[in-house]
Amino acid sequence: MGEVRGLTGDEAVAYAVKQCDVDVVSAYPITPQTIIVERFSEYVANGEVKTEFICVESEHSAMSACIGASLTGARTFTATCSQGLALMHEMLYIASSLRLPIVMAVANRALSAPLNIHGDHSDMMGSRDCGWVQIYAENVQEVYDWIIQAFRLAEDPELSMPVAVNLDGFTITHCMEGVEVLDDETVAKFLPPRKPLYTLDPSKPITVGAWATPEYYMDLKRQEAFALESAKGKLLEVTREYARFSGRKYGILESYGMEDAEAAVLCLGSTAGTVRAMAKELRAKGEKVGTVKLWLYRPFPMEELIEALRGVKALVVMDKACSFGAPYGPLCSDVLATFQRFGLRIPTMNAIYGLGGRDVRPMDLSFIFNEALKIAKTGEVSKPMIFLGVRE
Amino acid sequence: MVALRELTTEERWAPGHRMCTGCGAAIGMRMAMKALRGPTIVVNATGCVEVTSTPFPYTAWRIPYAHIAFENAAAVASGIEGAFKAMERKGTWKGKVDVIAIAGDGGTFDIGIQALSGALERGHDFVYLCYDNEAYMNTGIQRSGATPKGASTTTSPAGKVIPGKPEWKKDLIGICVAHGIPYAATASVAYWNDYITKLRKAIEVDGPAVVHVLTPCPLGWRHDPSQTIRLARLAVQTCYFPLYEVVEGKYSLSIKVPKPLPVLEFLKEQGRFAHLLRPEFEKELAAIQEGVDKNWQRLLRLSGASE
Repeated sequence: MGEVRGLTGDEAVAYAVKQCDVDVVSAYPITPQTIIVERFSEYVANGEVKTEFICVESEHSAMSACIGASLTGARTFTATCSQGLALMHEMLYIASSLRLPIVMAVANRALSAPLNIHGDHSDMMGSRDCGWVQIYAENVQEVYDWIIQAFRLAEDPELSMPVAVNLDGFTITHCMEGVEVLDDETVAKFLPPRKPLYTLDPSKPITVGAWATPEYYMDLKRQEAFALESAKGKLLEVTREYARFSGRKYGILESYGMEDAEAAVLCLGSTAGTVRAMAKELRAKGEKVGTVKLWLYRPFPMEELIEALRGVKALVVMDKACSFGAPYGPLCSDVLATFQRFGLRIPTMNAIYGLGGRDVRPMDLSFIFNEALKIAKTGEVSKPMIFLGVRE
Repeated sequence: MVALRELTTEERWAPGHRMCTGCGAAIGMRMAMKALRGPTIVVNATGCVEVTSTPFPYTAWRIPYAHIAFENAAAVASGIEGAFKAMERKGTWKGKVDVIAIAGDGGTFDIGIQALSGALERGHDFVYLCYDNEAYMNTGIQRSGATPKGASTTTSPAGKVIPGKPEWKKDLIGICVAHGIPYAATASVAYWNDYITKLRKAIEVDGPAVVHVLTPCPLGWRHDPSQTIRLARLAVQTCYFPLYEVVEGKYSLSIKVPKPLPVLEFLKEQGRFAHLLRPEFEKELAAIQEGVDKNWQRLLRLSGASE
């Protein structure tokens, strides 16, 4: 058992980044991410890190500076959310296409308008196709552990891809939990210095960011897609290794009660804890319910998801983002596309929930599980997509 | 000042790039690469220089080069400079690496001004080189904040009633100097020695430095490609584009022009100004001369030179 510290999600990010001996942190403040950069600035001010902290004038420049830094071979980190992530959008694609192992914490927050500083997944979902590995953490302990694992994953020379670690705004970023932390030496052993294949080294000049005609562009994109797919296998290697150092085992997804569940609820992030608690209650009453939480959202873990859900008669997918004009929310669209690809037919309802920080109460989840059980009994999905708890 | 024989014969901007015949920016890049003092990394904004020098799988750059996007050359340079500082502190890197951000006028005056301002304010030790051909030439001659008053571009066309771009060019050096940076200068490809000397000073100074070089564009200015250098010189001799430097906030003229030629001498050879010779736009031409005179007087005053 390691040392236990009381940390908020944001503080856990800052502490993990400090332990990861990052060379360059470039960030711009935005609620609810601010505490990450504030705490890290204190480490810098107190000489506790050798990191170059570049406090830029916008998120666009934050990611641009990270790209520049990462190109030199430096270990690089940033954090943002919401409007900031949207402003970075252009640069996210460039970071992944140049195969730069930048790690970013996303303190998930709603997008304007109306202005709202509270948590939902609209920000990351709006950039879900940007080529980054995307991980969602459930609580502060997971945030801490995933940040450290994210560097190891990103910097794997065969992968060399940026990784975003998502933590729900306020629900995780501002809530304090007891976090079991590793000592600095253990982190250093788990995460050796970055060894990049190519850098901007004056003794070995390379050109980065050339332009490509249609003759080349598409092949390069295929390579990129292929590389991102390989992240799943790498992630399993990294989590296995991390378990050896920390005693905590992560993976692609986490299931509860799925061995005999007939009705399941699938979600990302902090909601998973409440969903699991509700499932426990229901199982105690003899209901065959289960839950699945994805840690890894991109690349989308199709096989693992099919494996986890194969036996259920009904599924509710909870989306903390709305994909305007689309048949379903982003997560549900991915799930149903996966079912289609594997020839699986599971009656599925999509619940859009928690937008702009709308609270998800046990009674809301009780409703969700009841719907799932109803579908399991009848095989009928009367409402394919609902907005949970909305006045209508 | 450098002697011609002292210049390196090494061409770090390799021949074979795809710049137009007579391109001022191409000449400007070749000269710039002769001002380097040691290991250097170039960051380049999207634009003419970028698209002509890096068609995958070729490159004209014999030193490390990165193109990331249009508006962020200064921010990317910040990251590179910061990374070497951190790695040197940790002992994982040894030796100074100079960082030069290169961007056109669109990437500097307009879309890149925020990133540039941020980088100057933060005081990174880097050089920002703006090659100014006075419009978005790469995308087909659209007006930018650097396009001069009266110039006809595809988005500020000279029509029956509007004589080209109505607005004045931004004072880029003034904006940069307002950040309190140690070095800023204008240059022209016609004055190679002045230009290379300034760029070398910019590299050597500690902290951010900006060099703003005028690079005629035969395509966009609509002039004969053989006249590039002559026009770059006329721009200086008419005081249309004065050459000066600002060291620690102190202005000084680099090329004195005791008897400035009428600005018409510079304008009349360029298709983008052809409409100004029409009688109905006589007033516009006079206004441009007046603006040029005013700016020259301002620079004389700032540099403490007598008229």
